[in-house]
Amino acid sequence: MDLQIALLLAQDGVVSGAIYALLALALVLVFAVTRVVFIPQGEFVAYGALTLASFQMGKIPGTLWLLLALAFVILLVDGPAAWRQGGRGFLLFLAQVVLYPALMAAAVLLGQPHAWPLWAQSLLALALVAPLGPQLYRLVFQPVAEASVLMLLIVAVALHLALVGLGLVFFGAEGSRTPPFSEASWEVGSLVVSGQSLWVLGASAGLIVALYLFFEKTLYGKALRATAMNRIGARLMGISTTFAGKIAFLFAAVIGGASGILIAPITTIYYDTGFLIGLKGFVGAIVGGLASYPVAAAGALLVGLLESFSSFWASAYKEVLVFTLIIPVLLWRSWQSHQVEEEE
Amino acid sequence: MKSLKKWCAALGAVMWTCAASADITVGVVVSATGPAASLGIPEKNTIALLPTTIAGEKVNYIVLDDASDTTTAVKNTRKLIAEDKVDIVIGSTTTPNSLAMIDVVAEAETPMISMAASARIVDAANPKTKWVFKTPQNDIQMSTAIVEHMINQGVKTVAFIGFSDAYGEGWYNEFSKIAEARKLAIVANERYNRADTSVTGQVLKIIAAKPDAVLIAGSGTPAALPQKTLKEKGYKGLIYQTHGVANRDFLRVCGKDCEGTFLPAGPVLVAAQLPDTNPVKKSALEYVNKYEAVHGKGSVSTFGAHAWDAGLLLAHAAPVALKKAKPGTKEFRVALRDALEGVKELAGAHGIFNMSANDHLGLDQRARVMVKIENGDWKLIR
Repeated sequence: MDLQIALLLAQDGVVSGAIYALLALALVLVFAVTRVVFIPQGEFVAYGALTLASFQMGKIPGTLWLLLALAFVILLVDGPAAWRQGGRGFLLFLAQVVLYPALMAAAVLLGQPHAWPLWAQSLLALALVAPLGPQLYRLVFQPVAEASVLMLLIVAVALHLALVGLGLVFFGAEGSRTPPFSEASWEVGSLVVSGQSLWVLGASAGLIVALYLFFEKTLYGKALRATAMNRIGARLMGISTTFAGKIAFLFAAVIGGASGILIAPITTIYYDTGFLIGLKGFVGAIVGGLASYPVAAAGALLVGLLESFSSFWASAYKEVLVFTLIIPVLLWRSWQSHQVEEEE
Repeated sequence: MKSLKKWCAALGAVMWTCAASADITVGVVVSATGPAASLGIPEKNTIALLPTTIAGEKVNYIVLDDASDTTTAVKNTRKLIAEDKVDIVIGSTTTPNSLAMIDVVAEAETPMISMAASARIVDAANPKTKWVFKTPQNDIQMSTAIVEHMINQGVKTVAFIGFSDAYGEGWYNEFSKIAEARKLAIVANERYNRADTSVTGQVLKIIAAKPDAVLIAGSGTPAALPQKTLKEKGYKGLIYQTHGVANRDFLRVCGKDCEGTFLPAGPVLVAAQLPDTNPVKKSALEYVNKYEAVHGKGSVSTFGAHAWDAGLLLAHAAPVALKKAKPGTKEFRVALRDALEGVKELAGAHGIFNMSANDHLGLDQRARVMVKIENGDWKLIR
């Protein structure tokens, strides 16, 4: 190994690490607010990427039908209560479960997204995947919101399996790639930096800054942080934990979908790719004890680098090396033991 | 599945459709979901095209999905044999699943036709394989074709990158044996996972070893990633793929980076380009036309053709066995096995089958051709 190879590997590791970091942040966010270890996080990655790929192939992505079906079920479940409540709340509810899905359906079915420019397709793909987060929270996790962490985990595993199965039905077994956002590339010394990898790094950094500002500067962000610190206390202060959960899942879906759209030009995405990517984000999140955002992001970068370098030295054992990282971290964590303890 | 079976039983009681004793019952185990889904789905589609009557007898196909999982494959096989009383089992898609099913079919004395590649499935040294047949070419036939082509191209050093599973390992074992015998030096041996998002590390190592050619042993679209990375990092040598990539989706994902790639494949892949004198051309085209009539132009893959060949073997052997015994009996299964072993000069989609007691595959050199990817399509090398 010489310096050039080391630099190339580091570059590769940082780009995958940036994606893992985004997913790690989403996992920490969801866990802190709702106590759900969100295994299906990676499915949003696959859904985002493959929805975009479906547009480009001129197909109608199955995620649209999922969005419509979930909206319909929510209309049935929550409709009567919202109707009784009436007023602005009812209109808002209708906008969420009728107007928005209808707009999406119109855009996909009549708008011919096949001919749209790449950025518009990407936004539409993101707009299709994002509402799945709150919808799934409403139907799957909200009814068991007060259950133990273990039960929430089991529900998350079940949801993961269901979403992977749906992914196979929607997108088929073979993978897809999308064209890059930027074909440009620059030579920096002996390195070739592609425009797409800068997009990945830039978008990741942008999302992380946006999340920081949201949590520090806005009322909703503060409410979310309050829920994360003490659910009962937050509720006593008039913060709706249900609402906080939906927001957290919305972020999870947006971050997942955006990650998918970002990496789809770099690698081939399959209906089940998301799980492994999500799992590596999870290793990063574990390094941060599922509580600290900066440590989780650093942990995810470490995972990316470790993966890249171990694929050079011992490619057959790469996965083993990456996931073995979790053991010393857990040992160290349990000795330190000041992670978020939320078992009631 | 359970409720489906109840329905089936209820319907069957009225209409005698499900397992009426005079019908031939075929149990099919495919990996229509899970990691091997890209192989299993065309196989499943092909089963629907198989003949529904053979020599005047109705044929019932019961298709179960094993989710690419060995335990489920075994469970499904037991269920097909014990509950549905099948006369023959077709399946499964992958080598590990097929190997695990051998014990079950041997114990129940039911013939089985596997659609997986490994030569171990029909290893004549194992007495249990008396009941087992298979349709795909052995990896060794394909590796020989690759090594021969490499030598003709003047390749001296070669790098290998394959899946870190049974597929990649199997290929490495076969390929390294032949390469060694033909004095071809393997200068790098790398592995990756089908779900990997980056193979930069492996590729850098391969390029550092400066091989004349690289062999990528992967199946379906995941095999495109190493090739794209090799091109991206400026590798200029020859690139070989295996017959595992022979479907349309691979060409779609790999795009222009796959131009000039060589691979061995069953003749069905380039059926229309075969010379008219080729004995496989007619039977291969028959399958291609049937499949594309239902699933659209360009949808055919070589994997589905293995299921088609399994169906052909059955359609060829069943009339012989029907003369000796009635379907649903042990005598019929024995007669069917004997008839399968006696298949001679049967033209399938992938080659000419000549079974014998020692060879339950029966394919020869006519079952493989070398193919080059040109202008986003498969091109037969003459």
